[in-house]
Amino acid sequence: MRPEKTDKLATMLILLLAGITGLAVLAFLAYLLVTGLPHVSWHFLLSPAKAFQSGGGIRDQLFNSLYLVVLTMLVSVPLALCAAIYLSEYAVQNRLTAAIRLAVEVLGSLPSVVIGLFGYLVFVLQFGLDFSLLAGALVLTILNLPILTRSFEDALQQVPTLQRQAGLGLGMSKWRVTTKIVLPGALPGIITGMILSAGRVFGEAAALIYTAGQSTPAVDYGNWNPFSPTSFLNPLRPAETLAVHIWKVNSEGLVPDARAVSNGAAAVLIITILLFNLLARLIGYLVKRRFAK
Amino acid sequence: MRKVLLGILLAGVLAGLGCGWAAAKKQPAQSKVTVVGSTALQPLVEAAAEKYQRDHARTSIIVQGGGSGTGLSQVQDGAVNVGSSDIFADQQDGIEHTKLQDHIVAVAGIAPIVNPRLGIDNLTLDQLHQIFTGKVTNWRQLGGPNLPITVINRASGSGTRVAFEQTVLRPGEHAVNAQEQDSNGTVKEIVANTRGAISYISFAYVNSRVQPVKLAGVAPTAKNVMTNRWPLWSYEHLYTKRRPDAATKRFIRFMQTRRVQDSLIKDANYISIHDMKVARTPDGQISERR
Amino acid sequence: MDELNQSFKPKPTVAFRRKKTTDRLLAPSVETRQEWGGKLVSCLAILLIGGLVVTLFAFLINKGLALFTTDKFSLGAFLTSTDWRPSHHHYGALPMIATSFAVTVLAGVLALPLALVSAIAITELLPNWVYRVLQPVIELLVGIPSVVYGYVGLTVIVPQLGRMFGGTGFGILAATCVLFLMILPTMTSMTIDNLRQVPQQYRLASAGLGATRWQTISRVVVPSAKSGILTAMVFGMARAFGEALAVQMVIGNAAIMPTCLLSSSATLTSVLTTGIGNTVMGTASNNALWSLALLLLLMSLAFNLLLRVISRKGVR
Repeated sequence: MRPEKTDKLATMLILLLAGITGLAVLAFLAYLLVTGLPHVSWHFLLSPAKAFQSGGGIRDQLFNSLYLVVLTMLVSVPLALCAAIYLSEYAVQNRLTAAIRLAVEVLGSLPSVVIGLFGYLVFVLQFGLDFSLLAGALVLTILNLPILTRSFEDALQQVPTLQRQAGLGLGMSKWRVTTKIVLPGALPGIITGMILSAGRVFGEAAALIYTAGQSTPAVDYGNWNPFSPTSFLNPLRPAETLAVHIWKVNSEGLVPDARAVSNGAAAVLIITILLFNLLARLIGYLVKRRFAK
Repeated sequence: MRKVLLGILLAGVLAGLGCGWAAAKKQPAQSKVTVVGSTALQPLVEAAAEKYQRDHARTSIIVQGGGSGTGLSQVQDGAVNVGSSDIFADQQDGIEHTKLQDHIVAVAGIAPIVNPRLGIDNLTLDQLHQIFTGKVTNWRQLGGPNLPITVINRASGSGTRVAFEQTVLRPGEHAVNAQEQDSNGTVKEIVANTRGAISYISFAYVNSRVQPVKLAGVAPTAKNVMTNRWPLWSYEHLYTKRRPDAATKRFIRFMQTRRVQDSLIKDANYISIHDMKVARTPDGQISERR
Repeated sequence: MDELNQSFKPKPTVAFRRKKTTDRLLAPSVETRQEWGGKLVSCLAILLIGGLVVTLFAFLINKGLALFTTDKFSLGAFLTSTDWRPSHHHYGALPMIATSFAVTVLAGVLALPLALVSAIAITELLPNWVYRVLQPVIELLVGIPSVVYGYVGLTVIVPQLGRMFGGTGFGILAATCVLFLMILPTMTSMTIDNLRQVPQQYRLASAGLGATRWQTISRVVVPSAKSGILTAMVFGMARAFGEALAVQMVIGNAAIMPTCLLSSSATLTSVLTTGIGNTVMGTASNNALWSLALLLLLMSLAFNLLLRVISRKGVR
């Protein structure tokens, strides 16, 4: 066959296959949204789940998911930032650094269920935290640290070396250069990395079923005291997240409208992740524009 | 300027947290009851806890899932007040049942189910035994259509399965290694969608999409369970240490009252413990209830 | 004398003062102290992470070996026996190992060509705006939680398979479909990144030599991005191997050797998630589950190693 003909044939074939794949994936997305969105309403978002009757909502699950993201970020961002600063600014190329990098990478590749079981063993049983938001947040921190560390390190590396040298030339200490010059410069990357990893934390389920638990006790949204056991802010209460809720409603659900609830919950989950992604893009864009000025 | 503002904000937050902590400490000591265990029992206990807390604001009851095994081992370790379980502690490996006290709070009937299009609605206990040990593999052998039997078992160690096998299988026998599903809901869906499938679920989950099977003419109804004419049923237990504290005792007694048994337990399609005319020991002995 | 004394007296004070100044000059400055502080904090953070990894491994290895040390179950039987019946103290993990591998490899092999084709179409054939439109969509797909994939598998794919081939529809094929859908976006996006990293000069040089577009793609672009593409595949497979809930929802959970694609099976992860709540800490059945977790850990280490080997080859 002549090369031109092969070229045309191959191009057509590739486009065809890619088109089919794309359509299948888009159909998947569309299916989720079309079946889920009709169930999403303010009532669905703002009413508590029900155990036996239909018509339950996802208020507590949605709040738990968001709160868990916040708690996780509170623990993991400072830790990951410090680690990234060390790796990017201080680490010398030696065996130890290589070993640490390997450790971070290995941690990142572990199946989430394994990390969840580790959390169950250590945080829930050993530390006596029971099934609680805190135990869940700590497990998600382990899950989140490698991704966060890597994206922070990338962001720090993007800052030109010249800027560092200028700072050092002025007699600033390396730490001051890092905090006053490198960090502000890397801020857009850091924020984007945070938001994207928040999306992953938001949807995690396997690591949470044996750490944050599968139940939601009645909580009082008027009680702002995090130490009170009925408060919605209390980090020591068990909490079922949205992703866990989907899994549980489908397996052990007694509600007659399990299908509707999980369709709606799936749509909410996807839309939230979409919002996270859009937010990350928007912030990246805004900061870039500010820097360009 | 910015630093000062930030400092003030931080101090404010810390002060608020401190006040909150102090306030939480000062509050009349709340008694806390933690119930961990069976996922099947969880919604029921949650509903009861909600009702109970309406009248007893001093008691906070936390209900968590995690599985019967988790519940029993946690209550044995003293990590929680109550371990909920679908099976007797005696039947669970690694649990010293003499250290625990059993409180039965409900009875669950178990019904074998098949697909409505299969056209079978009656089997004998022996036939059920043959199906679940793999001796019969086609519905034709049981007078049905020429269709392979798809056995769907429950997760090994789950309460429903232990109760089912205690009645259907002989001691020491084990079921054919088949598909295992953890939950009532999934099992029902599979049987509703597969013509040759057979499984068993709690009464609470039976609906028009699946066909409950009669055992030698006896229908799976609550009435038949009460007299043990329907032999497939199990207790739902709340286990405590031998000497539970007052709050725990009160809550369990509340769940056992006639008021709760007749409303909540029945609404959830469980059978009230007061209606049972027979009792069953851990090793399966049936006796008249006094 | 008095005078002398007077003129003498101040001297020590001056000397003393001078000493203080040199002391201060020689003492670490604020900057240096900040530097130390910063270094300490960041060093502590990294040590914490390192320590975390070590503890995690120590705990899981300790727990995972208990089946062989305290319960005296033989390692050989664990790895080669096909009989998994915890209630009768048979802990043969081979069915789960085999199924895990089957599912992972099938999903990877299915997803690789499609990911490659989509990536080629987006980077090489279609105009740039398509890439800009599709990139956020792919990112969204990468971010969709695995539970959602499992849920769609349970409600759409499984009944469909049951209708098409008879039986329940649960099994390796359903799990493969779900995992395939799940890892496809990740692999596509990684492959796109790798193809875009191939220098533009390569394409121009190839075109200058009179090669057609297909010749350029098949003989220049793809070969030079080969290690990156393989990395994407292994990465996707590693993710598929460790996925728990999505698989557990559709695989059927029958711990028997997989005989066909449509019969129910069980993977390492699915047995773990269903079993851990139904067993009691410290019993042999529970320890066997921890051994499965350890196996999972070792496998993900192996995948990691494979990734390193592939990417190192790419550098050379």
